Amino acid sequence: MAKLEMTVNGRKVSRVVDDRTLLAHFLREDMQLTGTHVGCDTSQCGACVVHVDGKAVKSCTMLAAQASGAQVTTIEGLSSGADLHPVQRAFNEHHGLQCGFCTTGMIMASVDIIARHGGDLDEATVRAELEGNICRCTGYHNIVKAVLAANAEMHGASQAAE
Amino acid sequence: MGIQGIGASVARKEDRRFITGAGRYTDDMVVPGMMHAVFVRSPHAHATLGKIDSAEAEDMPGVIAVLTGEQLKADEIGNLICGWAISSKDGAPMNMGEWSPLAVGKVRYVGDAVAVVVAETRAQARDAAEAVMVDYDELPVVVDALEALKEGAPQVHDNAPGNLIFDWEIGEKAATEQALAGAAHVTKMQIRNNRLVPNAMEPRAALAKYDRAEDHFTLWTTSQNPHVARLVLSAFYNVAPENKLRVIAPDVGGGFGSKIYIYPEEIVCLWASKRTGVPVKWVAERTESFLTDAHGRDHLTEVEMGFDANNRIVGLKVDTIANLGAYMSLFSSAVPTYLYATLLSGQYVIPAIHANVRTVYTNTAPVDAYRGAGRPEATYLLERMMETAARELGVSPAELRRMNFIREYPYQTPVIMCYDAGDYEASLDAAMKAADWDGFPARRAEAEARGKLRGIGMSCYIEACGIAPSAAVGALGAGVGLWESAEVRVNAVGTVEVMTGSHSHGQGHETTFAQLVSDRLGLPLDQVNIVHGDTDKVQMGMGTYGSRSGAVGMSAIAKALDKVETKAKKIAAHLLEADEGDIVIEDGHCKVAGTDKQVPWFQVALAAYTAHNLPDGMEPGLKEGAFYDPSNFTFPAGCYICEVEVDPETGKTDVVQFVASDDFGNIINPLIVEGQVHGGLAQGIGQALLEDTAYDASGQLLTASYMDYAMPRAADLPSFNVGTTVTPCPSNPLGIKGCGEAGAIGSPPALINAVTDAIGVRDLTMPASPRRVWEALQAKA
Repeated sequence: MAKLEMTVNGRKVSRVVDDRTLLAHFLREDMQLTGTHVGCDTSQCGACVVHVDGKAVKSCTMLAAQASGAQVTTIEGLSSGADLHPVQRAFNEHHGLQCGFCTTGMIMASVDIIARHGGDLDEATVRAELEGNICRCTGYHNIVKAVLAANAEMHGASQAAE
Repeated sequence: MGIQGIGASVARKEDRRFITGAGRYTDDMVVPGMMHAVFVRSPHAHATLGKIDSAEAEDMPGVIAVLTGEQLKADEIGNLICGWAISSKDGAPMNMGEWSPLAVGKVRYVGDAVAVVVAETRAQARDAAEAVMVDYDELPVVVDALEALKEGAPQVHDNAPGNLIFDWEIGEKAATEQALAGAAHVTKMQIRNNRLVPNAMEPRAALAKYDRAEDHFTLWTTSQNPHVARLVLSAFYNVAPENKLRVIAPDVGGGFGSKIYIYPEEIVCLWASKRTGVPVKWVAERTESFLTDAHGRDHLTEVEMGFDANNRIVGLKVDTIANLGAYMSLFSSAVPTYLYATLLSGQYVIPAIHANVRTVYTNTAPVDAYRGAGRPEATYLLERMMETAARELGVSPAELRRMNFIREYPYQTPVIMCYDAGDYEASLDAAMKAADWDGFPARRAEAEARGKLRGIGMSCYIEACGIAPSAAVGALGAGVGLWESAEVRVNAVGTVEVMTGSHSHGQGHETTFAQLVSDRLGLPLDQVNIVHGDTDKVQMGMGTYGSRSGAVGMSAIAKALDKVETKAKKIAAHLLEADEGDIVIEDGHCKVAGTDKQVPWFQVALAAYTAHNLPDGMEPGLKEGAFYDPSNFTFPAGCYICEVEVDPETGKTDVVQFVASDDFGNIINPLIVEGQVHGGLAQGIGQALLEDTAYDASGQLLTASYMDYAMPRAADLPSFNVGTTVTPCPSNPLGIKGCGEAGAIGSPPALINAVTDAIGVRDLTMPASPRRVWEALQAKA
C-alpha cells in the first residue's frame, strides 16, 4: 500500500491506496471527483486530463503515488460557484460539446494549450495540440472554435490589464 | 421566432453540468455494498467450451462469486434475440442461432463471455478473472462473409447451414434484368463497405441492484432506449417482470447506435445481483468495447446500373452479402434489408430496381446499426456508381445527377418508400455554390504546381428517418411499435416538466425540447425541465436512434401541448368570462385576442390545481400525455462536396474543403443541428479515410485499441462549411425531418469520389489509407 498526501482542488488530502492505483482511479473512486473520465486503456483518448502542478497530464498515465506532494486540479476545481472559466464558457457558447464525456478532459487540455501558447494560437495549432484528446460527437469543429474564442477572450483580457 | 423559441440558436441548458464535471454517467453511480464484475472472455474465435475451473479464482481476496453459463441456464435466463423477423425469399424464417448471455457449449468470437467474476474491487475481480481456467477445444474459424458462404466453410451455428441467416430480395428481378439488357450503357462495380467500430467515448456500463425485500431490480445502464431495454429484459430474457424492473439511463456518453441493443453484460449483472445479494457494477474497458460492442457496416456488393442513350437511369441491380458476425444482435436483420435496400432509389427516378441480400454468420463480433445503419451503405453504393458512370459516360457528375433527380412528390419508389417532399436540385445548387465548383480547375492547377494531386467529389444522399409508422414497420417484421410518447406536466405555479420517451446522449434534447414548450407557452427556458431516461418517471418510450427524436419525439410533445393548451384556454376563458375560441397563449399569459384582458399563465395553472373556480364538470389539474405515431418515414436529403489533396509521394490524403448542404425540414435549434452534422461528417470521413476493423484469419481482432484503430482526431479534419435548404416535412406537425445521421451517410462517397478524381483511378476500397492510395498510384504508373 502507498501513503499519499496531495492537494486536490485546493484541499489537502491524505490517503492510503493500493500501490497500483492510477491517479485517474484515485480521483474518481477515492475522492469521488467523477468529472475525470476514463475512456480508454491505452492513454490515447484524453478524457482523464487533469492538471498536476499546473501541467496537463493524462491521469491514467500516472500512479496516484507519483502525484504525492503535488497540486492537482480537476475539472471540478477549474472554477467555483456560479463563475465559469472562460474555456468552460466558450465550450457552452460555441456548442463545443455533445455527450459531455470527453469534454472535461478536452477543457483541461485546452486551458493548458492556451496557457502554453500565451495567446498566440491559430486553428492549425489548436488541432495539432488536441492530438491527444478524442471526441466522437462534435467532429472537433466547435471545439476548435471554442478554444480560439477563449484564447481571444483571455488574451484580450490580459492585454487590457497590462 | 422568439429568442428562445423555435429557430433560435440557444446555447445548451444541459452544458453546465458537463463543463463543470457534474455529469452523471453510469460509472459515476455508487450504491452501498456495490461490488464489481469482470468477465472472463474467450481468447478463441471458435471453440468447444470444456471445463471451467474457478476454484483458484474463488479463493482469491475479495471474490464473492464466479458464475458461468450453466448456472445462468439453470436459473432459466433467456437467450438474446433479434427483434426484427426477416424471411428468405422462399418464405423460410431467418436462421437465428442461440446466443446465451454466458456461453454454453461453444464460443463463437473472440470476446464471447464465458464466466463472470464478482469481487469487492475492480482490481480484485480482474486478478481473479485471470485465474479462471477454461478448457477450449479450438475449431476452424471463418471471419470473411464471402468465405463463410463457400462450401465446406466452418459452421458457426448448427441451425444456419452454410452460415446463411437469410437470402432476401426486394424489387422486380425480371424487369430489372430486362432493363439492364436493353440499356445503352451499364456501369458495374464491386463495392465493399468497411466494418466500423462505433466507439462512443463512454464505454458501455451497467450497475444492477436487486432489492430482496421488494423482489425488485434497478438497472443503471448506458442505453439509448431504457424502456426498450426493460421490455426486452422482461419479455424475452426472463430477468424480471416490467413492474419489478426499473431501468435508468442517466447521462450517456454517446451511442451512435451501439447503445440501442441489450447486451449480455446487463443481463448478467442483473442476474448476478440477485444470485449474490449485492449490487453489481460492470464497466467495459476500451478493448472490451472494441471486442464486444456491436460493429457497423461490413457489406460486399456487386452492383450494376443501366442508362439509356440520353443518360437516364433505366435499372439498378444489387447483390449484397452482409456479415452479421457471430450472433444476431437486436436489430441486425433490419439494417441490411429495410434500412438499406429501401433507399436504393436514392434521389433518382429509377424505373426498375432489384436487390438481393444474403446475411451471414462469421466468427466476429455481432454487427448491427451504427450511425446511418443501412442508409450509408445504400448511399455509398449509389453515389460511387453515379460518379463512376458519369466518368464513363463523359458527362459532368453534377449534370448526370441533376437530369435523373426526382422532382414530383409524393414519389413512390420501386422499393417500398414513398418520398413525401424534397428539392434535391436546391441542395445541389447550394452545395456547388458554397464549394465554388466552377473554380475547381484553377485550384487543381495551383495544387499541381505545389506537387499535390487535387480532386473533387460529390454525393447526393437521401435517408429515411423516424423509423416509423408502427403499422408499416410491424408489417415488415419489427417486433415493436416505433411511435413516441410524451407527458406535459404543468405545475401549480406554471413551470413545466416534460416526460419524454426519447433519450439524449449528446443530442441536446433538454434544450431543443424546452424551446418547443417555450415557443408554445411563452415561458422562459429555465421554467421548463425535460425528464428522460428513467422508466419510473417516464411511462413508456421507444428511445433515440434513426434521427427520430425531433420528428417523432417532439411531435409527441407537440400533441400533448395541444391538449394542455386546450384545457388552459377553457380555464382562462372561464376566469376572464370570455369565449374559449378567443383565447390566445403568448408571452406567459392567456389573453383575449384583440383586447387588453389577460391572465398570467401561472394563475391559470394555479386555478387548475386550487380547483376553486373551474368550469362546470372540469377535472382539476393540468397534465396531459400523448403517443405520436407518424404517418410516414421522413426523408432528409442533401448534397455534399469534398475536395482533397493527395501527396503522390506518400499517398496521404488531406481533406481541404468539405461542404454540406442538407434539407432537414424545419429546424428548432440551428446551433445544435450544425453540431450534429459536424459529428456525422467526422464519422463518415473517418470511415472513408481512416477507420477499418481488421480480423486476422484466426479471428483475432487486430484493431482493438486506439493505438490500432484510427479514430479521427482534430488534425485529421478540416473545419466544415455547412448550410441548409428547407422543404418542411408534411408527415409530422412540426415539419421536422431529422439531422442525426446525415453527415455519416452522405460523406463517405463524396470523399472517395474526390480521392479517385485526384489520383485518376476507378476503384478504391475504404478507407483511403496512405498505403492504399500510394499502391493505387503505383499500379496506375
